[in-house]
Amino acid sequence: MSDTVIKAENLGKKYIIGHRAENVRYVALRDVLMQNARTLWNKTKDLAKGKPIIQGDTLEEVWALKDASFEIHQGDIVGIIGRNGAGKSTLLKILSRITEPSAGRATIKGRVASLLEVGTGFHPELTGRENIYLKGAILGMTRAEIRRKFDEIVAFAEVEQYLHTPVKRYSSGMYVRLAFAVSAHLEPEILLVDEVLAVGDEEFQKKCLNKMEDVSKGGRTVLFVSHNMLAIKTLCTRCIVLDKGKAIFMGDVSSAVDKVDIPGEIVWNEPSKASGNHLVRLKAARVISGGKVTGYPSVNEDIEIQFDYWNFEENVRRFVAVQIDNSMNSIILTTSNLKVRSIAYDPWVNKPYPVGLFRSTCIIPKYLLNVGIHHISLFINGEMVSDNIIIQRNVLSFDVQEDLELRKEYSGAWIGAVRPILAWKTEQLK
Amino acid sequence: MCICNEILILEPGRAEKNYWNDLWRYRELFIILAWRDISVRYKQTIIGVLWAILRPLLTMLVFTVIFGRVAKLPSDGNAPYALMVFAAMLPWSLFSTSLGEASNSLIGNSNLISKVYFPRLIIPTATVMTAFVDFFISFIILLGMMAYYRFLPGWNLLLLPLFIILALLASLGPGLWITALNVKYRDFRYVIPFVVQFGLYVSPVGFSSNVIPEKWRLLYSLNPMVGVIDGFRWCILGGESPIYWPGFALSIVIVTFFLWLGISSFRKMEKSFADLI
Repeated sequence: MSDTVIKAENLGKKYIIGHRAENVRYVALRDVLMQNARTLWNKTKDLAKGKPIIQGDTLEEVWALKDASFEIHQGDIVGIIGRNGAGKSTLLKILSRITEPSAGRATIKGRVASLLEVGTGFHPELTGRENIYLKGAILGMTRAEIRRKFDEIVAFAEVEQYLHTPVKRYSSGMYVRLAFAVSAHLEPEILLVDEVLAVGDEEFQKKCLNKMEDVSKGGRTVLFVSHNMLAIKTLCTRCIVLDKGKAIFMGDVSSAVDKVDIPGEIVWNEPSKASGNHLVRLKAARVISGGKVTGYPSVNEDIEIQFDYWNFEENVRRFVAVQIDNSMNSIILTTSNLKVRSIAYDPWVNKPYPVGLFRSTCIIPKYLLNVGIHHISLFINGEMVSDNIIIQRNVLSFDVQEDLELRKEYSGAWIGAVRPILAWKTEQLK
Repeated sequence: MCICNEILILEPGRAEKNYWNDLWRYRELFIILAWRDISVRYKQTIIGVLWAILRPLLTMLVFTVIFGRVAKLPSDGNAPYALMVFAAMLPWSLFSTSLGEASNSLIGNSNLISKVYFPRLIIPTATVMTAFVDFFISFIILLGMMAYYRFLPGWNLLLLPLFIILALLASLGPGLWITALNVKYRDFRYVIPFVVQFGLYVSPVGFSSNVIPEKWRLLYSLNPMVGVIDGFRWCILGGESPIYWPGFALSIVIVTFFLWLGISSFRKMEKSFADLI
């Protein structure tokens, strides 16, 4: 088709990762010395030849992107979505030529430019005027082009009086405006936007989004990588879904979003597929936040973890427990409805259960979990707390969302497994 | 409504083919980066300029006193010893500054490399240009010294630009190699101060290369800076300092070899910079 601006055929990117072998039964000094001498020799040879050296005894190939084929048409705003590590950023890096593909081929018609993070390409010691030229050149504009658009850029950024001041003396607002003004006046046929929108303040994010819309209205094409499904849904006209390095879907936005959306609820209509046995069987599990079933609870709302299960045995006690892991597979917490472990007394905790359908809900207070993906594991125990009738690992996931109100004071991520709001007090002592 | 006039094909090994074309297309970025490095270097401090004057002058003074007065080494012909030393200080500081700047250049620009495409060779070559400014300052001092000693240069001085280029190429070769290695092995930059310090005494900066016995001179010329420095002295001091041609030819061969090594290993490693940095 004539209006295809990007055509990717079996595009792939391979990285090589080294592993260390650990299978030697006993170690002889002679072997170690020989081994080291041999590696040293080989590596020196590689070094001199300019080959990359990879640590480790065995090498493994990892395809960050594999067999990605798709076509992008002129004027589309294409969202690229997928889980972490699906190859989204790798794809953008290949298209912007920062890294070369290891396989396949991409044909691109027209000039490609990336919307860069605010500070990239600016030098604090240089004046506003000098930085406009510097950043423009880095983005791929010619000097003549920058000269032509210079006044426009300055007017857009509202920095006329400060053109001869080093940008290190700019307020952060001026700095961001100027940096963005240069990018905004770049007129590429294809604009690549990585999730830079996750950093920077809200106003800047809005400007970026507006810019993307303008660009596509002018018949240009935008590729937009994001985790923010809302932004994808509002902006994009088409979507590519990547999963483990493969393009698994290309098409309309809502079906694409469904492919990566975290459902927030799982229901087993078919009892044979649910976890359980002749004593207890799961029926459903869900995450509720702000009164709605969602896979994206907000950090400033309580998160309810709710699960329904059948009890098939008459007159026995049941205990339930939940474990939450984060995306690094660290256990964030374990909790159960045992009397000593819950705030309010669970009415069914020490009561014999009749046969029937039960629902247990655990409320995790707001501001306890940090933002990011969390996985839920469920436990249902019998009379003895230690005898697990059901252990369902990673039954559901949810992705805790940042609260934008909080970001006004501090725009970075809070480091830590949890993110409680704690009591603070400072006193002047002397 | 197609505004597309250029078609870009990305596939493994493709960048290799268009390498030199690309380098030419990005010449404006080269100019702007070189200009950025120069203006940042002299903007930050007035002391920067003062330093560029003081450093060669003081080194020259120390060398003249130690090698000329204390060790009583002979000068080239009738040329004043101080002038002979300074004629060598020019290429030596050009070499050492540009080597140092080039070696740290990629790491210093890592945020650009990981975000924007351009031929990476631009970065180290652009930083080498900063050494030029120091060089011009020193050159003016040299002219002043010539006036002081009433020393009139010959027509040879017109050939000086050729030797300036040779000095830059001599530093660019190892500089490219080290800066590329530095991306992965950050401790490589510690090699540079050593090379520079060591080289200052191994190269004929404080003394004339004529004091080297005739039978060792060819061997001595394995150090590429010997040829460059001899060339500078020949240009500046004229007939007082004849060039030892076999040695000079050898130096050029060595410079070319290092340049080839630098560029070819840089290009091999270049593709992985963005993944490593």
